[in-house]
Amino acid sequence: MDKLTAWERLNIVHNPNRPNAYDYINGIFEHYYEMQGDRCFAEDKAITGGIATFQKLPVTILANVKGKDIEQNRRCNFSMAHPEGYRKALRLAKQAEKFKRPVICFIDTTGAFCGVDAEKRGQGQAIATNIKEFMRLKVPIISIITGEGGSGGALGLGVCDELAMLENAVYSVISPRGAASILWRDASKEKDAANTMKITAQDLLKFEVAEHIIKEPISGAHADHNMTFENIIEYLIEALKRNLKKSIAMLLKDRYNKFRKIGIFNE
Amino acid sequence: MKDLFKVVKDRVRVNSKKFKKERADIPSGLFFKCPRCQTSIFKEDFDAAGRVCLNCSYHSRLTALQRLYITVDRGSFVEYDKDLTSKNPIDFPEYEEKVRCLMKSTGLNEAIITGECTIRGEKCVIGIMDSYFMMASMGSVVGEKITRAFERATEKELSVVLFTASGGARMQEGIISLMQMAKTSGALALHSEQGLFYCAVLTDPTTGGVTASFASLADVTLAEPKVLVGFAGRRVIEGTIKQRLPDDFQSAEFLQAHGYVDRIVPRKKLRHELYRLLRFHRKGEAVDWIN
Repeated sequence: MDKLTAWERLNIVHNPNRPNAYDYINGIFEHYYEMQGDRCFAEDKAITGGIATFQKLPVTILANVKGKDIEQNRRCNFSMAHPEGYRKALRLAKQAEKFKRPVICFIDTTGAFCGVDAEKRGQGQAIATNIKEFMRLKVPIISIITGEGGSGGALGLGVCDELAMLENAVYSVISPRGAASILWRDASKEKDAANTMKITAQDLLKFEVAEHIIKEPISGAHADHNMTFENIIEYLIEALKRNLKKSIAMLLKDRYNKFRKIGIFNE
Repeated sequence: MKDLFKVVKDRVRVNSKKFKKERADIPSGLFFKCPRCQTSIFKEDFDAAGRVCLNCSYHSRLTALQRLYITVDRGSFVEYDKDLTSKNPIDFPEYEEKVRCLMKSTGLNEAIITGECTIRGEKCVIGIMDSYFMMASMGSVVGEKITRAFERATEKELSVVLFTASGGARMQEGIISLMQMAKTSGALALHSEQGLFYCAVLTDPTTGGVTASFASLADVTLAEPKVLVGFAGRRVIEGTIKQRLPDDFQSAEFLQAHGYVDRIVPRKKLRHELYRLLRFHRKGEAVDWIN
């Protein structure tokens, strides 16, 4: 499993039987209570959010939703959120802060939606606001990339105290297809682009962008859902213990430094 | 039939050769063609108007040094972190060569200059992005310089003015460039929590990861007329919806109409406008009044 290329991992991630947001929520948490709407414009099914209990601890969950068939995908827009999705996430994160609940994010999106309405309603502003507010949120935030972490759309739920990635998950600044069309003006070279861009969990651990890799069953998470859930539960218990122990001041300072130190340049 | 096409081809070839020759007599760079209204105007007139289209008032791109020259008080600018330069964190093919070429052609070390200055006597920290340097995309150096500018401003209790322009996160630095969005926004949040003022001036073009981070998080957001501002690229959206978008889509005016820009300010009035804002936000002014 250590030797797979980014492209091979992308194929595993795209397996139709790979668990989606609702599978993870039902498999890992109890009593999920979904809440809807951004209180400004609409409800966005591309992100689900609500409260649940994790080993009896109340937590807030935010997750990108990917559908399993065309009908589901139409409703959740193939996991691509509009500004109202990010604004709903922020509303629920602020609610978590009020009730002192940790926030747990499951990231699996090809990116924020690119469209006329998304631009009119401030896609950039919505993501920017989430990044800034999550940076200063006074409760622990744990984010797990379960499949694809697509650029700014992923970062909208990706500012956190600890970032974990499933073994085959990827996180990239631009989709391999997009990179190929800009680089070689040929979108069909996405395989080469994927392998050039350093997007695997193993790469991200090296760059200290991710803190932890969660093991998957031998041929991928789709092969054994329960085993995947158990590995995530095991990680979450430790991660929550580590971060709930910290004072708020320490938590925010560590979060700032986690991102502050990222950058490679000559001085 | 074959011959027929050959005749046509030859004719086209001959004509285009002739055409090229004729064009060669016109000195290059005599005209400026406006990307918004497609009007061609004499370069001389365009430059004299401060690189503004005389027909539709599109405010064209300036280099960082040109912008600095028309914005800050003469002799007041002290540059920060001049010597930061890019590395190649993901071993991206030909990245180092590209940066080296741009350093030579622009005379800059990276796509932004930052520092301290006064604007009509009001002290502030300033950052100016230069779209001629790899479309001012944000990699490690741009992210670090903006972060340090905000950190210094927080320490010295100064306002920040940023002239934004960018194609977004710098693809050639992979995930490291995406993380600069979080890094800069974090430093900005700390600056803001101290009650300090930040003004963003959106210039042509401000897009992608920069729109989705510090460019959208200012206390006051100004924009130059007709400039391009948006999150997703126009071609990407046209590809998704399979339709041509209207010409004013993602213009400063479009953003203002949808509530994302405070004021659209012509280049000529920008210095005065910044002065007024900085003057309003002088630290401790209200406290002095009560005492």
